[in-house]
Amino acid sequence: MGRYVIRRLLQMIPVFFGTTLLIFLMVYVMGDPIAGLCGDRQCDPATAAQLRAEFGLDKSVWHQYLSYMGNIFTGDFGTAFNGQKVTELMATAFPITIRLTVVAIVFEIVIGISLGVVTGLRRGRPVDTGVLILTLVVIAVPTFVTGLLLQLLLGVEWGIIKPSVSSEAPLDELIVPGLVLASVSLAYVTRLTRTSIAENARADYVRTAVAKGLPRRRVVVRHLLRNSLIPVVTFIGTDVGALMGGAIVTERIFNIHGVGYQLYQGILRQNSQTVVGFVTVLVLVFLAANLIVDLLYAVLDPRIRYA
Amino acid sequence: MPEQKPWDETTGSGAISGAGAGGAMDLAVDEGTTLEKTPGGPEGTGPAGKPRSLWSDAWRDLRRNPVFIVSGLIILFLVVISIWPSLIADQDPLNCDLAKAQEGSRPGHPFGFDGQGCDVYTRTVYGARTSVAVGVLSTLGVSLLGGVLGGLAGFFGGGWDAVLSRITDIFFGIPVVLGGLVFLSVVASSTVWPVIGFIVLLGWPQIARIARGSVITVKQNDYVQAARALGASNSRMMLRHIAPNAIAPVIVVATIALGTFISLEATLSYLGVGLKPPAVSWGIDISAASQYVRNAPHMLLWPAGALAVTVLAFIMLGDAVRDALDPKLR
Amino acid sequence: MLLEVRDLHVEFHTRDGVAKAVNGVNYSVAEGETLAVLGESGSGKSVTAQAIMGILDMPPGKIRGGEIFFRDRDLLKLKPEERRRIRGQEMAMIFQDALSSLNPVLSVGQQLGEMFVVHRGMSRGDAKVKAIELMDRVRIPAARQRVGDFPHQFSGGMRQRIMIAMAMALEPSLIIADEPTTALDVTVQAQVMDLLAELQRELNMGLILITHDLGVVADVADRIAVMYAGRIVETSPVHEIYKAPAHPYTKGLLRSIPRLDQKGQELYAVKGLPPNLLHIPPGCAFHPRCPMAQAVCRTDVPPLYTVDEERRSACHFWKETLDER
Repeated sequence: MGRYVIRRLLQMIPVFFGTTLLIFLMVYVMGDPIAGLCGDRQCDPATAAQLRAEFGLDKSVWHQYLSYMGNIFTGDFGTAFNGQKVTELMATAFPITIRLTVVAIVFEIVIGISLGVVTGLRRGRPVDTGVLILTLVVIAVPTFVTGLLLQLLLGVEWGIIKPSVSSEAPLDELIVPGLVLASVSLAYVTRLTRTSIAENARADYVRTAVAKGLPRRRVVVRHLLRNSLIPVVTFIGTDVGALMGGAIVTERIFNIHGVGYQLYQGILRQNSQTVVGFVTVLVLVFLAANLIVDLLYAVLDPRIRYA
Repeated sequence: MPEQKPWDETTGSGAISGAGAGGAMDLAVDEGTTLEKTPGGPEGTGPAGKPRSLWSDAWRDLRRNPVFIVSGLIILFLVVISIWPSLIADQDPLNCDLAKAQEGSRPGHPFGFDGQGCDVYTRTVYGARTSVAVGVLSTLGVSLLGGVLGGLAGFFGGGWDAVLSRITDIFFGIPVVLGGLVFLSVVASSTVWPVIGFIVLLGWPQIARIARGSVITVKQNDYVQAARALGASNSRMMLRHIAPNAIAPVIVVATIALGTFISLEATLSYLGVGLKPPAVSWGIDISAASQYVRNAPHMLLWPAGALAVTVLAFIMLGDAVRDALDPKLR
Repeated sequence: MLLEVRDLHVEFHTRDGVAKAVNGVNYSVAEGETLAVLGESGSGKSVTAQAIMGILDMPPGKIRGGEIFFRDRDLLKLKPEERRRIRGQEMAMIFQDALSSLNPVLSVGQQLGEMFVVHRGMSRGDAKVKAIELMDRVRIPAARQRVGDFPHQFSGGMRQRIMIAMAMALEPSLIIADEPTTALDVTVQAQVMDLLAELQRELNMGLILITHDLGVVADVADRIAVMYAGRIVETSPVHEIYKAPAHPYTKGLLRSIPRLDQKGQELYAVKGLPPNLLHIPPGCAFHPRCPMAQAVCRTDVPPLYTVDEERRSACHFWKETLDER
């Protein structure tokens, strides 16, 4: 088990550097890192040259990447376009996005798994067909359309929610945005659970459990569910990273000042330090989530634990 | 890392999933696909009919499947109008009259006008071209690149395989919408090419993983081992024995991915980094309409509806093909 | 009589039509008796067993008719809850593939102890003690240390012992063993079979041993029922059937066993394929493969003729079969 964790950690190192380097190259090579630093107008040549020297932009890309990474490991993420430290932006943005992601994950677990179990046990019945069609529609309608429609209906037409979330983003205002963020994954969780339940329901060990004379409830909860949820749990785990990175659309629709909003601002104003900084943290979150999923997998499935 | 099944349903959770464009995930066609059909009924009461191939069997199934027929017809219609939009729309999508901005439906303009006074019906029809082009071309690129790289890694294994696995890990680590924002924000082109290029760049690892897993599964089959023992060359093995049997899962994932690519283009255009005006795209129109949604919801509903139906059609097609190719689900 | 199956009919509704898996099966098992049910795959032997246990998948399966008397109650008329209480406590089943039949994510101790927790209301601690006792009883070494292990950590033979222990747990009066040794190595087969026979004697249980392997049967079974296309074609005490089969199908099966005294000769096999259950041949289902088939076999379904007090054969020409050596 210990060796397994260490091996996974070692495998993550090249992925971390590869991913951050890729983003770094995209931002630095393709954009102009100092373009946003002189406010909305162009920098004059002298200032530009000075800024380039100051940020080390006259050095090679590799050099820049390494020194940037070095700074990051000392906790220095650089300065945002408005003069604030990037770490300060993160301190306000991440709690909001984490709250939003938690809401989304709760929706995935509660609604997604329940629907999946119900439909998986009733394959081919009307409730199964109905839910399946619904999940297809949810998957097919892009998140930004779902979000806009819900905002239009619940926020503007019926006035049930505020169409845009206030800057502190309290939990109750994040319920509908969280549902929007979760929507596509929610549909996948439902389908995945359904497939997994239906597949495992035909497994030999379930037949054994029935032959042992266990009550149906025990057969389903203790034998069927436990095995069927292994892939679902791993999916939801990996989804944490994807949701945080994908929150950019939801945050834009509902005007939530989270990670996505800051990134969007950073990109619009071409502030590379903001962008690379936030993306680096998101990549770390993604990798951490994957590691936790792997460990969870081992906890849930003894065949891997002792392999 | 638990050895991933080639068809692990979580496989798609990487690059192309995330907001807006869900990954092609619910795609478990597992090893069974490439093997012989499992006999139906108890204790093997397989019909004693003549042997049928996986493909002809799948085709026979598909022709009877209403989901396939409906989605196929929708896609056929979309392809036709994206090649000849003037068949059903005789106006110019860029011919706009600000004086008519936000006006509702009227004869000759069934969907009304958008914020710039352009005819919503015409723009919705012409938008299909963009979506179909992005979807089809991205899928072709992703399938070729991912299929070849993944297939080779699966076939040769060893060092190449390890390198490819790490590279796909790297690409999976980048949230796709975010990558799109960064990558596309510096490109000032109103053509579909940058978007397609970006999708291929970030989308190929997903197909590569599927192709790799599929090739590894097929490679272990007895008939492939037999061909190897008989001294078949590598290229002959790959082309004659492995590729035809390993390609089914790739086709299924690619079909569903096509829908998600269309969705992704719209999402990126909505964020202002995908296609840029004067290009005609449902994403651009939805983005523009979202400002006027209160007074003129028709501007939002038509392109959004067209987009949803298109994506749905491709996902349903992929689902139907998957069901037809997976004997285990019967 | 402990168990009596009367005129059981089971069908499966598949995409390609209705498969008639069991077509009027009759057999019975007394306490302490071992009945071997013999047949190729598709003969309906496992389906009959699943119908007795009440674990048939319905749909696609459907019991079209018949009665299953167990201790003078017709199981098919009981409520689901009553049947559940019988399963595990009064009758139990051992499956072919122990690895897939045991739950991969629960320890063997949990799976064994579950019987006592559910049916006897024991605490988990007491159930664990019982599980260790059971593992000792089926001679799993170091039971106390291994009670927390998972199925994949045991060898094939040990896993099948655990399946046997699970079936024995509540000392049921009937055990159905569906090909209990088929998946095992030849060397382990005999050990597992001996263990099963020994426990059966000790507890005086009825045992239905389903197999396609005549070799396994000879040592342990009291009686044999041979099934073909969902019907019993011959029943007999075990020794008589080896001496003189009364059905051409049984005869073919016996001739296909490799024997030391026939070294060098070509091994016999019943020609042709098992019947398609969607289209069972009219008349005697075996006639397309039967070396003795006559016109009557193609038209008339043979009843179970009485050969002697203890033997029955569903062959129009059972006399000729008996006489022909």
